[in-house]
Amino acid sequence: MRAIKILERILIAIPVMFTIVIIIFVFMRIIPGDPVDVMMGKGGNVSEEEILALKSEFHLDQPISTQLRIFISGIFHGDLGTSFRERKPVWDLIMERLPATIELALGALIFSLIVAIPIGILSAVKHNSLIDRLGMAFTFLGISAPAFWLSIVLIIVFAAKLNILPVFGRIPYGFAPVHITGLYIIDSILSCNWMALKESLKHLILPSISLGAASAAVITRILRSSMLEVLRADYITFARTKGLSEYLVIIKHALRNALIPTVTMVGLQVGTLLGGNMIIETIFGWPGLGRLVVTSIFNRDFPIIQGAVIFYALIYVIANLIVDILYTYLNPKTIL
Amino acid sequence: MLKINNLSTHFFTNRGVIKAVDGLNFELREGEVLGLVGESGCGKSVTLLSILGLVPYPGKIVGGNIYFQGEDLTKKSSKEMRHFRGSKISMIFQDPMTTLNPVFRVGEQIRESLIIHNRKKLSKVKEKEKVLELIESVGLPSPEQIYQQFPYQLSGGMQQRIIIAIALSCNPKLLLADEPTTALDVTVQAQILDLLRRINRNFGTGIILVTHDLGVVAEFCQKVLVMYAGKIVETGLAEQIIFDPKHPYTKGLLKSIPKVGDKKNKIQPIPGDVVDLAALPTGCPFRPRCCKVMLECEKGEIPLKTIESGRQVRCLLYAK
Amino acid sequence: MSKLFPTQEKKRKNFRFITSKIWWNNFKDFLKELRKYHTASIGGIIVILFIFIAIFAPFIAPHDPLKVNILKRLCSPAFISGGEKYYLLGSDEVGRDIFSRIIFGARVSLSVGLITVTISSILGTLLGTLAGYFRGRFDTIISRFADLLLSFPDLIFAIFLMAMAGPGFFNLIFVLSFKSWVEFFRLSRGEMISEKTKEYVEAAYILGESNIKIIFKEILPNIVHSILVLATLRVGYFIILEASLSFLGLGIQPPTPAWGSMINSGREYMLNAWWVSTMPGLALLILVLSINLFGEGLRDILDPRLKIE
Repeated sequence: MRAIKILERILIAIPVMFTIVIIIFVFMRIIPGDPVDVMMGKGGNVSEEEILALKSEFHLDQPISTQLRIFISGIFHGDLGTSFRERKPVWDLIMERLPATIELALGALIFSLIVAIPIGILSAVKHNSLIDRLGMAFTFLGISAPAFWLSIVLIIVFAAKLNILPVFGRIPYGFAPVHITGLYIIDSILSCNWMALKESLKHLILPSISLGAASAAVITRILRSSMLEVLRADYITFARTKGLSEYLVIIKHALRNALIPTVTMVGLQVGTLLGGNMIIETIFGWPGLGRLVVTSIFNRDFPIIQGAVIFYALIYVIANLIVDILYTYLNPKTIL
Repeated sequence: MLKINNLSTHFFTNRGVIKAVDGLNFELREGEVLGLVGESGCGKSVTLLSILGLVPYPGKIVGGNIYFQGEDLTKKSSKEMRHFRGSKISMIFQDPMTTLNPVFRVGEQIRESLIIHNRKKLSKVKEKEKVLELIESVGLPSPEQIYQQFPYQLSGGMQQRIIIAIALSCNPKLLLADEPTTALDVTVQAQILDLLRRINRNFGTGIILVTHDLGVVAEFCQKVLVMYAGKIVETGLAEQIIFDPKHPYTKGLLKSIPKVGDKKNKIQPIPGDVVDLAALPTGCPFRPRCCKVMLECEKGEIPLKTIESGRQVRCLLYAK
Repeated sequence: MSKLFPTQEKKRKNFRFITSKIWWNNFKDFLKELRKYHTASIGGIIVILFIFIAIFAPFIAPHDPLKVNILKRLCSPAFISGGEKYYLLGSDEVGRDIFSRIIFGARVSLSVGLITVTISSILGTLLGTLAGYFRGRFDTIISRFADLLLSFPDLIFAIFLMAMAGPGFFNLIFVLSFKSWVEFFRLSRGEMISEKTKEYVEAAYILGESNIKIIFKEILPNIVHSILVLATLRVGYFIILEASLSFLGLGIQPPTPAWGSMINSGREYMLNAWWVSTMPGLALLILVLSINLFGEGLRDILDPRLKIE
């Protein structure tokens, strides 16, 4: 039963992903601005032959449908085109940077969950108390402060004035652990490289907090409001009449129900985290996909932008798919 | 077994103090079935919750004692009360759909109440056996199947039976039932009442049945308490209350029940609205709606008078 | 009641309906309720203050926001020891007064936020109510399109489009509205679908009211409050989006003062001239915080069923 539902979800996601790829592709081709000009730099001292050679190299002289066909067949071979600027395959460039972005997004997500779940539960249980009001104040700040500003403030406080945390990069040169997954934290644990673990954690903290703060605020709010609603339900009072400890009532009975709308929101937050990723990576000099995209935008390096945006959209679709699947585990009614 | 002594439970709200239960006194012997009757909002449910110490915020027990098997429950801490809840005193609620947790399977919910109170760890197999036994004992067929179901997959009557199974899992001495049949169809009502009757007979479980339906009272209860505005206004045996009501409120309740075959007379509801507990009139709270109201009814507290053995009325008509 | 010109009568009635006393009385009641919510009232006052400052910026700002003074670059704010009294909040990397730039920057942020919200709410609500009421192919097509748009994260989408379209005020408004109408569409469509099942709609239909009249006169007033709440809460969100885009250089370009680009230009001087980035960010924080506080209070007042006691 559940397997069928999951399969359904996956099958729906595939045409969505396809449509996204096509839209991005077509979009990039129809906007004004000739990429070849950009590639050449606005120098203008280029011969006709060179322009034509470049155009044919990148298939720009073919009709859009042909370009699309080439592109899509390329996808199945793992070929997303070649960067205008660096003449390296887009796929390679993206793959180099992807682990860093994933690590940052995970760090931010874990941070927001660590913050949101206890505060959300406590605020709801101790409704209208000081803890509740403080928690709510915190969430308001979280959603009102833009991530890029927050990161600058954190840098000023922790790096410049207090000097305890580093600012740039992911790890000092030469400290990187053995490449197993590409995620430094995991790799350093797996290879028992405690120095690398310490360094990569130190570098991960500030970016994760800046990126995760807004998500933490949003998740806290929705958890709190669903907990408040759940705690008023009859089945909670009934659980108490059974003689359950208050702890069990909250964690086992109430939380399970309150998580249902919360999990959906977490899925949406993944999208926000991916988007904010770009800015945070730029500020912290984090060598991830986001920073690649930002530089590509300024360099008008279309294949990379294209490939990266497709990647982001796909990750977002997959994340929501995972959330949907998790939802079928949390909410028994969806299996029917 | 249960003795309530001058119990008062008040709610402290923005609109003022609501005296949901005000000076309540009654007794329940072992295996007795007591009916608690009254309109919505007159304090019946709060009484039950007070016994278990589960009065929701902003309510508090402000006075009185609740003696259960000799122990005063009002003096117990929350942790101590947990020993009573579910094992010696159980409670079932009105709407079975919202009483069961929607995300857990039904069998699991029964099992939970078993393992809370049983210190000796039974093996998993034994636990499941006991749960299946319980499901069968409340009259549900194919217990194996039911065990796996989620609450929304069962009908209202079946859900209520599961809830009763949960309540009985540790053989309580006292079962508090808050309008258990109100949300169910009439035919299912009869079945549930039947089940409760069997439980009372076979296990000697005392039952306090809260209801606003005098028909249920007539069928099932031995003793009856009629409540209004947080106070008891009449007590007696079921037959006495039904066939010889004394208090005007009780009479009004009986008159407002449509009788089969009674085509001529119109239903006579009690005039006026349910009393607002935050703004109680002075004297007798039933005064604005009473057809036999007198001048004296306005002044002071009306005491509860014993007119015969086991019969009490709170009304100046019988105070002479 | 002239029978010759029925449409004129209708138009006059509708106009009076919109400006009628009912709305004014509702507004006065609303203000009374608002006073009970302290944080929301403060939020509202601050927002009005910002709007006032933005409108009268040339009269309030002490200095010309565009005036460059290289000799006085990176001066610390007046309240810090060693700071220049001339520059209340310090000067930026080319010597412009940050305080004045912040005041003028409010114009950008507020106008982008308010205009975007207005466009997307009107467009989204219009499409949503029509889709929700009439259903059918129209509904399916637009809903699918909306779902597709939603599968892109907001910021990435905006960055992508702005990169293609190029920076600028009108581009910014266009790009931001491009995706944001979807939220209003979904909300109004959902509300319309649930309202449509209610009995007063059926009653109006039986009475012979035209569809358009039912939508606008009967149902819409019942939906308006939730749309209003969403709109208020989104203003802050759009202001942050605009700041993020300007920060990346994709929104409002310097030298036009915009808080996002100001924060960006201060990045280089984070370590020795922290005020260049921090001050505009604080202004942004205060404005968005106030908007959000006000929006929450609005929600509590207008939608009592969401309120938790």
